[in-house]
Amino acid sequence: MNLQYIGLKEINGPLIFLENVKGISFEEMVEIKLDNGQTRHGRVVEINGDLVAILVFEGTQDLSLKNTTIKFSGHAMKIGMSENVLGRVFSGLGEPIDNLGPVYVDKYLDINGSALNPVARIYPRNYINTGISSIDGLTTLIRGQKLPIFSGSGMPHNDLAVQIVKQAKLSDEKDEKFAIVFAAMGVTNDVANYFKKSFEEAGVLDKVAMYLNLADDPIIERILTPRCALTAAEYLAYEKDFHVLVVMTDMTAYCEALREFSSSKGEIPGRKGYPGYLYSDLASLFERAGIVKDADGSVTQIPILSMPNDDITHPIPDLTGYITEGQIVLDRELHQKGIYPPIGVLPSLSRLMKDGIGSGYTRDDHQPLTNQLFASYARVMDARSLASVIGEDELSLVDKKYVSFGELFEEHFISQGHKNRSITDTLDLGWKLLSILPKDELDRTDEMVLDRFYDQQEAIHYFNIKDKTIIRELKKEGN
Amino acid sequence: MNKVYSINGPVVKVKNATDFTVMEMVYVGKDKLLGEVISISEDFTVIQVYESTVGLMPGEEIIATGEPISVTLGPGILTNIFDGIQRPLNKIYDIEGSFIKAGTSVPPLDQEKEWDVSFKISVGDNVEFGQIFAEVEETTLVNHRLLVPKGISGKVKEVKSDGKYKIEDILVKVEDKYNNIHELNMIQRWPIKKPRPIKNRLPLSIPLVTGQRVIDTLFPIAKGGTAGVPGGFGTGKTMMQHQIAKWCDADIIVYIGCGERGNEMTQTLDEFSELIDPKSNKPLIERTVLIANTSNMPVAAREASIYTGVTIAEYYRDMGYHVAVMADSTSRWAEALREISGRLEEMPAEEGFPAYLPSRIAQFYERAGYINTLNDNNGSVSIIGAISPQGADFSEPVTQNTKRFVRCFWALDKELAYSRHYAAINWTLSYSEYINDLSKWYNKQVGVEFLDARQKFIKILAEENKLMEIVKLIGKDVLPDYQKLTLEIARVIRVGYLQQNAFHKEDTFVPLDKQLMMMNLILYLQKEANRVLKQGKAFSLLTKTNIFDKVIKVKYDIPNDQLVLFDNYYKMIDEALHAIK
Repeated sequence: MNLQYIGLKEINGPLIFLENVKGISFEEMVEIKLDNGQTRHGRVVEINGDLVAILVFEGTQDLSLKNTTIKFSGHAMKIGMSENVLGRVFSGLGEPIDNLGPVYVDKYLDINGSALNPVARIYPRNYINTGISSIDGLTTLIRGQKLPIFSGSGMPHNDLAVQIVKQAKLSDEKDEKFAIVFAAMGVTNDVANYFKKSFEEAGVLDKVAMYLNLADDPIIERILTPRCALTAAEYLAYEKDFHVLVVMTDMTAYCEALREFSSSKGEIPGRKGYPGYLYSDLASLFERAGIVKDADGSVTQIPILSMPNDDITHPIPDLTGYITEGQIVLDRELHQKGIYPPIGVLPSLSRLMKDGIGSGYTRDDHQPLTNQLFASYARVMDARSLASVIGEDELSLVDKKYVSFGELFEEHFISQGHKNRSITDTLDLGWKLLSILPKDELDRTDEMVLDRFYDQQEAIHYFNIKDKTIIRELKKEGN
Repeated sequence: MNKVYSINGPVVKVKNATDFTVMEMVYVGKDKLLGEVISISEDFTVIQVYESTVGLMPGEEIIATGEPISVTLGPGILTNIFDGIQRPLNKIYDIEGSFIKAGTSVPPLDQEKEWDVSFKISVGDNVEFGQIFAEVEETTLVNHRLLVPKGISGKVKEVKSDGKYKIEDILVKVEDKYNNIHELNMIQRWPIKKPRPIKNRLPLSIPLVTGQRVIDTLFPIAKGGTAGVPGGFGTGKTMMQHQIAKWCDADIIVYIGCGERGNEMTQTLDEFSELIDPKSNKPLIERTVLIANTSNMPVAAREASIYTGVTIAEYYRDMGYHVAVMADSTSRWAEALREISGRLEEMPAEEGFPAYLPSRIAQFYERAGYINTLNDNNGSVSIIGAISPQGADFSEPVTQNTKRFVRCFWALDKELAYSRHYAAINWTLSYSEYINDLSKWYNKQVGVEFLDARQKFIKILAEENKLMEIVKLIGKDVLPDYQKLTLEIARVIRVGYLQQNAFHKEDTFVPLDKQLMMMNLILYLQKEANRVLKQGKAFSLLTKTNIFDKVIKVKYDIPNDQLVLFDNYYKMIDEALHAIK
């Protein structure tokens, strides 16, 4: 029904209200024509009898109650999809902005997607080799997983995301199709360009579809940006059998847009003013990762979010952590020590890891090594906090060993720069590090594994440990 | 005709309608979306819709059904996976493919499958509500007892002979006292928000044995009891629910994935189909039903999923089974309440949650219990609800209100989880109020030493807690030797006993007798080590013997079926300690 309506009843923030409207449906798309020839887009967000509230994506500046014509499209928001979206740049609304003309359309798809039937999913098991020790070794990324990076302003989350994209691509098998979907929400031009340049350098630009809603673009458009991007990702994965890696940055800006939209609708706010349905809304994005039975492709998500004030209990990282399958947390202290990537190992976690590692995937000693590294590094933190009270000299010998283990672990394992490290190297390095601890401190592994991998002599040699007392003690206990 | 007037997300209003009843099930619009009436006034009837309302138009028709939102009960529930309003997800996948569309209408149970029915009544018998009239082998693990539905009582006029029937075939005819004939088949409907009737409640006196040491020993839950499991993300709530669902000694497991991850439900489905129950050698899925309403499925159905699950649990309880309900996570359910309440523009109480949150939580947990059924069997429903507190802050409303109504509280701790100490149950914050009710059972079934040893463990852990305050300030070295020993024994308890490896063949499930033997061994070690110290020997000599670490590894080194090996460890302790000069 392509009826047109002239004039509005009310304008309030990004919302416009219309009276005496008939035959429109919930969440229907509308086109708003201004007298000056501009066209804007909107969506029906509430219907109350014949009064309709419409959310205008591009903002309501220049609109008056008289100067607009409104046309209803008759359906929810759809965007055109085909394999040709790869190599192109789109606005947050899914319209090409790279001056290369319109995209050939194979299919129009609803950007809200539908809920995946849990029965249709395949449980993700195939690990992605990112070449980064602290990820591969301790928080392994699995194909079909959603693993966010929790960061803060000033930390190198963009570098890390780019490195993952670059190195993950290199390890991919030859005949599998690989694509990247990049959604920028509220990031600066510089950041968007950095990603673009990096993709170019990695030689994958023709495999990238970019959806950009930059910091100076309309805020409400931001709510649609990840949905457009994920629709593209789902199309490529489930209809064209691509393995798609979706990088979404910055989720915090997205949530703020949602808060603004919610408050202009006059909704009752939840924690810190975010709407009560923030969890459901984020879930409707993050749950669009996965692998399904009747397609060969997969959607893997790496959302990036900056924690306001580095606070992991802020509603955005908090709710995200409850939906995603783990998180990679960047640590400011490590960053200040000059360690890259500054991955805070202890709060980081990959929930799908346990089923994607071990024999047949990585190596059979992977799980015990991971458990032991986590446990030992947690002991390092205890020893350090004790040292900060009583001084390092007063520590017991075991605690001293933990402190030196902690330093070596950060220096050799976490810190690796932009190098690509194979999984075998990562695991071997892990065992070397553990070997500088007394054998009976390693209580998370059983004897058999230890017998195979524990080698103190080599560790002392490898890390070039000079401190005589530590060597002497190690030798005494390691006999 | 009643027409849609306004639409706001899952909330739809009808103007000037008077023929609806509260909680009535309705079909909304041309797609026949499932909905429920939640309030009625002269001007507006408010309906919450359990499916996505995208594309719904004002003016579309709303059809009343005359009955409240109900589930269909009958054979075929077990091994199945349903969404929050009991739609069979397997069937939907076969019909519609990977994505769930709105307005899908598929009968919950398989109508074509033939079941082997054997009757327990004959012509001339008097039957009444709740009585068992026939049995069906639903899975190789579970005999499904068919119960006479509510509202039917009288004399049996006709009974089919034993044999194969479909769920809708008429099996029995009953004549009531007004000479009306009622026909019984295998299925009956029950409203999800109404508890099923029982004869009377019995006191809780038997534990739900989970095989998880920290639970069975320190914080046991009774059959028919309730437990709340709060924990921030990554603290292992889901893992713990899985472990209990796999290993606890209930007859039936109802696993409700309420607003959680899709991949997790897939994993549960896969894992339970593969895992073999050690007692019966049958796949665990044969005693399990999954309710999956993942976080991206409609929010109103998420609210219903908890009730759907618990109603199914009550139905099996009424057959005389012990049922354990896992609800993961009740916070998502509470959030669904909040979201709908917000759309209804109700006045919010704490943190935007509606003021009726505590009463809803209470109503849910009160459906647990150990009961005498209408047919004079004993059955139970135990409820274990996970809670996802915002920011891992246990003072938030859902945790606090749950704490008021559950008697077991297993607080999961971030610090423990960070150091990969699983199950990450914090032993100072957690509690179980059932311990006194269960003491008789423990004394009789496991041994009188059990609760005694438990008490000693708690004391040692409490002492460690106190000592750690000092250690944090001045270090361990300055403590006297006997206190160092307390810390060491506490470490043995923490690492060797409380910590349990869900992925280790021997450690994932530990029977109660092994739990007791492990405790006795640790306490023996403490006693003997203390004696050595009293002889004036230094603590450092004790640690050199490595005996503490050997005892820690007992959990891996002694298989569950070779408990005689414990004797060797007593010898080992004696030898090691005697060797100290």
